[in-house]
Amino acid sequence: MHIVVCIKQVPDSAHIRVHPVTNTIMRQGVPAIINPYDLFAIEAALRLKDQLGGRVTVMSMGPTQAEPALRKAISLGCDEAILVTDRIFAGADTLATSYVLASAIRTLDKEMPVGLVFTGKQTIDGDTAQVGPGIAKRLDMQLLTYVSRIVEVDPAQRRIVVERRAEGGVQVLETAMPALITMLEGSNEIRFASTPGMFRAARATIRHWDRNAAGIEDIKLVGLKGSPTIVSRVFGPAARAEKAKPIPFDPADPDSCANNLLERLLNEMPKVRKELEQRRSDTQ
Amino acid sequence: MSEKFDVIVVGAGPAGNAAAYTLAKAGINVLQIERGEYPGSKNVQGAILYADALERLIPDFRDSAPLERHIIEQRMWVLDEDSYIGGHYRSAEFARPPHNRYTIIRARFDKWFSDQVQKAGALLLCETTVKALLRDVQGKVIGVEVDREDGRIYADAVILADGANSLVATRAGLRQDIRAETAALAVKEVIFLPKETVDARFNLSGQEGAVIEMLGSISQGMVGTGFLYTNKDSISIGIGCMLSDLKRQHLAPVELLERMKAHPAIAPLIAGGEPREYAAHLIPEGGYDALPQLYGEGWMLVGDSAGFVNAVHREGSNLAMTSGQMAAETLIELLREKRPATAANLARYRARLDASFVMKDLKKYRRLPETLDRQRQFINDYPALLNQAAHTMLRVDGMDKRHKEKEIFNAFRERRSLLGLLGDAYHLWRATR
Ligand SMILES: Cc1cc2nc3c(=O)[nH]c(=O)nc-3n(C[C@H](O)[C@H](O)[C@H](O)COP(=O)(O)OP(=O)(O)OC[C@H]3O[C@@H](n4cnc5c(N)ncnc54)[C@H](O)[C@@H]3O)c2cc1C
Repeated sequence: MHIVVCIKQVPDSAHIRVHPVTNTIMRQGVPAIINPYDLFAIEAALRLKDQLGGRVTVMSMGPTQAEPALRKAISLGCDEAILVTDRIFAGADTLATSYVLASAIRTLDKEMPVGLVFTGKQTIDGDTAQVGPGIAKRLDMQLLTYVSRIVEVDPAQRRIVVERRAEGGVQVLETAMPALITMLEGSNEIRFASTPGMFRAARATIRHWDRNAAGIEDIKLVGLKGSPTIVSRVFGPAARAEKAKPIPFDPADPDSCANNLLERLLNEMPKVRKELEQRRSDTQ
Repeated sequence: MSEKFDVIVVGAGPAGNAAAYTLAKAGINVLQIERGEYPGSKNVQGAILYADALERLIPDFRDSAPLERHIIEQRMWVLDEDSYIGGHYRSAEFARPPHNRYTIIRARFDKWFSDQVQKAGALLLCETTVKALLRDVQGKVIGVEVDREDGRIYADAVILADGANSLVATRAGLRQDIRAETAALAVKEVIFLPKETVDARFNLSGQEGAVIEMLGSISQGMVGTGFLYTNKDSISIGIGCMLSDLKRQHLAPVELLERMKAHPAIAPLIAGGEPREYAAHLIPEGGYDALPQLYGEGWMLVGDSAGFVNAVHREGSNLAMTSGQMAAETLIELLREKRPATAANLARYRARLDASFVMKDLKKYRRLPETLDRQRQFINDYPALLNQAAHTMLRVDGMDKRHKEKEIFNAFRERRSLLGLLGDAYHLWRATR
């Protein structure tokens, strides 16, 4: 079976700072990493390959600087990497991105039919969780979001069973392939690349696909032009004026500390206090 | 199936990059292994780059290297609690290209350097740590073992460019563990300020930069120095002291840096900036007498792992590059002559070093670490005396100048005695001759 994993290179959010004067995001020196959620997508794809054989192609739309992310995916065990890259793709929102990736997957499908597409549940720099579903819709694939476990895949019957985290519980879903799966974090332990894997990655040739190679049909749907979303303003959360209030703590008397805390909280919430007092008098 | 190379270089700092670049350019099959996420990711930010050593490797580096500013002014400050005395050297000559010294941000520079190495044909593995050296039955080094599955990689020679700690060399028994008496611990911070602010505060324009080297009260009686470099839109500031002194005084280096930043002469230079990227790093400052064995059967030490740092002039990266280049040239020569990398043959590396500024400079200052360690007056007394002298001379208060001179002289004599003064002059001359 041929599995495609779509990944994105993102700035490591742990290192991002907002400039105190200009309020712009300082990307300078911020290391780029594979979107952390995408690592679970890669891992899920590689586990299926370990189990069933087949081929895993990792794909990313982005500038050439995104190559290290693809190489890292190869070091983990992906067979091939495609960087979908073209100047006209710049400035894309999720709609334009999913159009480009869907076109590229459709093109790839002609080389070798694609049974499953994996993505992370969302990216850490956009948090929209829209690209995966967008690709599924365009390719007319079954869509399984927030998947926590692949239970079973039957390539012959073209059936897949997964566990999906839903509000209040876990759903067990069965559907037909081809399907697109967005993976939940923590679904699997991410593997550590072996030495031969590192060598393969260091030597791999990353295929670069421009608009023609990717089979883009309508260039009005890509890049800034194909992106109806407008980011009108970016701002950091305003600093709050309230200061933390220390509560005296006597280790010998945790009860009084708890009472103290409760007293303070209730002082600030007179309505709650009233209600509690009401209830207490009711039960008495 | 295990991999085999002509040469493995451990580390992608200035030393490792210079070695791998030289080897790859000569068409030698070289593998470089770096534990950081990318070259530079583990390296302390903000530093001075000496053009000469890099120019010998990449003559046109100025066209593409990420350089911050070229240095046109050097200040030397001797500080007391709330004053400093010193000298500034500023030259229009330094402002004319080709420039001789630059400030750089190491993380970016190392990455650029590594790109050149890879373009030259070396293979690089990142996020991979060398754990041990592989040896044959005779004890000759024949490769390395890394921290990944199937981690044995073979080579005819291994160049260790893994920095001041050099755990690989230490674990393999090639050198001793770094000692507190021969290592400085430096802490450094990058403080962001708009370019115009940096320009105005240091009287600079365009790509011009300034450097301040400092000693005196900022090291709290310990052997150490402070520094401040101007980058494009930030300032690198730091202080380093001998590890043994820090241990003795139970002082956290952070605290040292914070106190230095609060000095009345320094605080206004960095006021309003946003500190980012705090880092601490060891510097091997034992000098010539602390050098380990530099080569052996199948291996060589280069850069910080060999202890090549000229602490007086704050030169390290250039010694690292030059030693890396010399180790590589030695191997290239041997490969051409089809001779193995035995200890006897690698002695040529040492000969090259001896003939260069690397060993000559280290020899020149070989007595300095010991002198400063034993003769604490250079740190504890003289900075204060010099500052007081300037203060006495410059203060107009009705006292005649001859009396002032006498007062200054008496202050020196009281603190150091006549014989002491002569002795100090001799010590300083001997330690730096
Ligand atoms: C605060 C401070 C300021 C300095 N300022 C200057 C200056 O202004 N100018 C100057 O010329 N010098 C300066 N130096 C000295 C200079 O930084 C060093 O001399 C220089 O970096 C040495 O280069 P290197 O390649 O030997 O070691 P490093 O730059 O330390 O590089 C070693 C590399 O090896 C990697 N490594 C380590 N162990 C392993 C392993 N087991 N497996 C794989 N990889 C490994 C590390 O990740 C690192 O990338 C300064 C040092 C400090 C600490």
